Order: sequence, then structure tokens, then C-alpha cells
Amino acid sequence: MKSRFFGQVTAAVLVNSLYEMRNYPVVLVNTVLSPLSFLLVIAFVSKGGLIGDAIEGGFIMSMFSSGVSLQGDLSHLKNDFKLQDMVVASPTSPFTYVTGMALAELVYSIPALAVLTVLAWIFIHPSAVQALVLVGVMLMMFLSSIAIGFTLATFSSDIVQSFAFSRLISTLFSTLPPVYYPVTYIPLPFRYAAYLSPTTYAAVISQNATGFLSEPGASIAIDWGIMIAVTVVLFLVAAKKARWREV
Amino acid sequence: MGGELVCSELTKVYDSSKGKRALDAISLAVPARGVLSLIGMNGAGKTTLVRILATQLAPTSGVATIDGVDVVKEAKRLRSRIAVIPQEARTVPWMTPRQTVLTYLMWRGCTYSESKKKATDALGRVGMQEQSDVMNRRLSGGMKRKVLVATVLAADADVSFLDEPTTGLDPVSRRELWGFLEEIARKHFLILTTHYLEEAEELANVIGIMDRGKMVGIGSLESLRSSLKYQYSIRLPASAQVPQLDGVATPGRDGGVQILTNEDEAYRLSQLFLGSGTRFSVNRVSLDDVFFHYVRADIGEHGAQ
Repeated sequence: MKSRFFGQVTAAVLVNSLYEMRNYPVVLVNTVLSPLSFLLVIAFVSKGGLIGDAIEGGFIMSMFSSGVSLQGDLSHLKNDFKLQDMVVASPTSPFTYVTGMALAELVYSIPALAVLTVLAWIFIHPSAVQALVLVGVMLMMFLSSIAIGFTLATFSSDIVQSFAFSRLISTLFSTLPPVYYPVTYIPLPFRYAAYLSPTTYAAVISQNATGFLSEPGASIAIDWGIMIAVTVVLFLVAAKKARWREV
Repeated sequence: MGGELVCSELTKVYDSSKGKRALDAISLAVPARGVLSLIGMNGAGKTTLVRILATQLAPTSGVATIDGVDVVKEAKRLRSRIAVIPQEARTVPWMTPRQTVLTYLMWRGCTYSESKKKATDALGRVGMQEQSDVMNRRLSGGMKRKVLVATVLAADADVSFLDEPTTGLDPVSRRELWGFLEEIARKHFLILTTHYLEEAEELANVIGIMDRGKMVGIGSLESLRSSLKYQYSIRLPASAQVPQLDGVATPGRDGGVQILTNEDEAYRLSQLFLGSGTRFSVNRVSLDDVFFHYVRADIGEHGAQ
């Protein structure tokens, strides 16, 4: 049973990343450039002052974008190739399919994560505990975004609609919120709006852990609580509302 | 595989259809072996029925079982025994035929090495060993379709669903594909939808005629023929004089005249036309005739000739 799960997950990784990367290596350039381009802008504009925040923002955007990309890829495979229909009528469960497809998205992020890790090593020097916090935050971001991505993909009926949603979600959750710089840079009335995005909590926790921001312990605990709650809720919504067998 | 495919009052109303029934209380019981071919016009409900039976779509009401396994309540159990090529399925362009079959088998629960071996074997059986490692995007339409059929061959599932597998193929490729479908059906149950009546005639053990969500006729070609009042079809040129006859004469779909009649009358008329030098052809009624008989009431409404 375990080996069957492993094989089914591997099949998804092969289809959604390894085979595609081998044939279209240019997609890798895009996954590296997106998070790094914002990082560079923030680093230059702040004259290097915010490079640490921006590197952490790069990690968050990279992980969040992986999940959002899942939506486009699942939708593409489902609507254009009917692959999901073939998998639904097989012993593969929706959980296994999504796990494989999500891991495939992570594979795409490896080059960006590698570059960001080197930059973090140079500019942040995180301790083991700080690194653990960053990894935890990244994991939460990834889980939240794949829950959103899978749910939306099961509803999408065409690829144009799907990519439009991907871009919208990406803008709303990783471009607009203060991911690459401290939330305190946003004037107060607008700061509340920033807290509507889970990526804001992720950025605050990361920046606080590495000393770029100083928040009281209770506030950070609440931020963790909200981030975890949002992830759980998104997973529950995916479990309840995502369509595997269509209705 | 033994057992039966049984549907009881199977109904589907899509949320977006304002109450229109895509499937309207379909009831049937056919042996789950050989080829069941579903024919019907666009929107007749063929794909909806296949998707429900293949556990991809939930019915609104009714029950369906294959070999005693409920397609809704026991979907998980059934899924290990079925393989599906959906309508408009396409090969993924950035993969090769070998990778396509291999990953499908892994999703079906085979190990990597087992899948690789079965993929090589199945691609060989459809004559694609030389193209096994060519990118799908470089293959012709017929070859791409062969790759999809190879996935079903390799799956070796008890029940295979192929929704319009030959649509858009040239006649030679289509006939070649029929051979592979016959190979699958020798061991397993194959449910096939098609717009090509000659395909159903050639391959099917049982033919289901669907029209606007209903199964208006189902059985072997022979039994469907027998359900018609007249068993013989005589075709005449438009200019031919039609004599008094026991049967019906209608404008043929080829622009001539078609006479539907019984065996004795067909013999008598044949003698008459031979004697008068009238060009004609006489055949048993074809699936074409049977199909048009069953959907005739709707032809005018659908705007078809």
C-alpha cells in the first residue's frame, strides 16, 4: 500500500515537473526570476537596508506561488488533456494526486529556494532556531496555497479562467501585502487591510524571528495561531468543497 | 469478467441545465463482456452515462452496478477494475508515449519497473515501439490516439470506457484502432461511444441507442433489426418509378428513394426491378436504418436530414 502511494505520488511529480522541466527548461528561469525580481527592487530602493526582509519575502512568495501554480497546472491537465478524469477513474485518491502534484510544484521551486538559501546564508546568517521558524512559515504558506489551488482547480472549466485566477491570487496574497518589507511601513488605516492576507502574518513572524521587526511574544503567538487556523480552514474547505467526482 | 451492467432509473440533471435531464431514468441490464456501444446524436447523453459508470460523475438519482459493484457507493472498489479514455482526451505534449503509459500505470498502482515493462509491451502491441521515446507533440493524430489506446491495453482493466476514441481519425487509422479495441474486448468488457454507426456495427455485441437522455433502443444489431417492422431496405434512384408495395417508400438520405419492406416483398420487388431494368440495391436494414427508425420522431426537431 505504501509503495503504491509512493508510485502514484512519483507519477504526478514526473508528469507535472520532471518531464516538463526536461523539455521546457525555460519554466525554471521564471520560477527563479519572480521572487528574485521583487527582492532586487526592494534591496535597491532601500539601499540594502531591507535586503534581509526581502530575502524572507522571496521565500514566502516562492512557497506561496508554488501552491498557486498548482491551480493553473491542475486545471491545464484537467481541462486540456482530461488527465484528471483518467486519474479519478483509477485507484489514486484525490489526496495522493494532490500530494504528488504539489510536490511537483516544490520541485520547480528548488532553484529559487537554492538561490534564496545562499542569499540568506550571506545576509541573514540565521541560527538553527531561526531557520526552523522560517521553514515552519514556508510550510504553512505552501499548505495554504495548495489548498486554495486545488479547490479552485477542481471548479475551473477552462485554462484562461484558471490562469486569470492564479494571477489574481498571486497579486492579492504575495505582491500587494507587505511580504518583502515590514508591515510597519504601511500607514495605519491600510495596515489593517494587509492583515487580511495570511502572507502578512508569515512575513511578520519571519521578520520578528530574525530580528528585522520587534513584536511582543503574545502578538507573534497570535500571528502563528491565525496562520495555522487559516491553513486548517483552507484545507477543510478543500476537503469539503473540492470536486473530485463531478456533480 | 462475468456479471452484468445494470442501470436502474439512472437520472442526471446538471445544476446549470435548468432542470433539463441529461439522463432520463435509464434502465438496462446487459452482460458485462464484449463491446457495448452507445450511439446517439450530440447531447443524447452518451458521455454523461459513461462518466457516471466510470465513477467520474455523480448521478442525480438511480442506481448503476457493474458486476454487482455500485458505481456510487463502491466507487473506490470499482476504480481498481476500470480504465478510461475520456472524450477529447489528449496526450500531454511534453511527454513521450512510453512516459504517458508508464505514469498512467503508476497511478493505477503498478510499480515503476512493472509499469515500464507493461508500457513497452502495450506500445509494441499497437505498433509504436519505434515512436516510444518520441515526444507526443511530434506524433500524428492517429499515433496520439494509439498511445491512449495503449494505456487502456496496458491497464488490462476488467472494464474499459472509451468515449469517442476514433473521432477525427482517417478511415485507415480508424480501422487499425478497431483491431486494438477488439483485442481489448476479447478479454474484457469495453464500453464505447461513437458517432460512427459502422464502428458500432463492426465492433459491438450490444448497441445502445440514446436520444435526448433516454435509451430508446438496446440489444444486439440482430435484435434491434428484429424490432423493426420491415427488415429489408431497397434503394432506388430518385427518378425510378415506385410500384404499389407492401412496405414504406421514403426519400432516402442519399437523395434517392428508400423502400423498407419484408423479405418476401423485397424478393418480389427485386424481380420486378430486374425485369424493368431499374437500377437498385437490396440489403437487410443497416444500423443506420435502425438508428434513424429509433430517433426518427426527433429528426425534424433536431434539424437533421
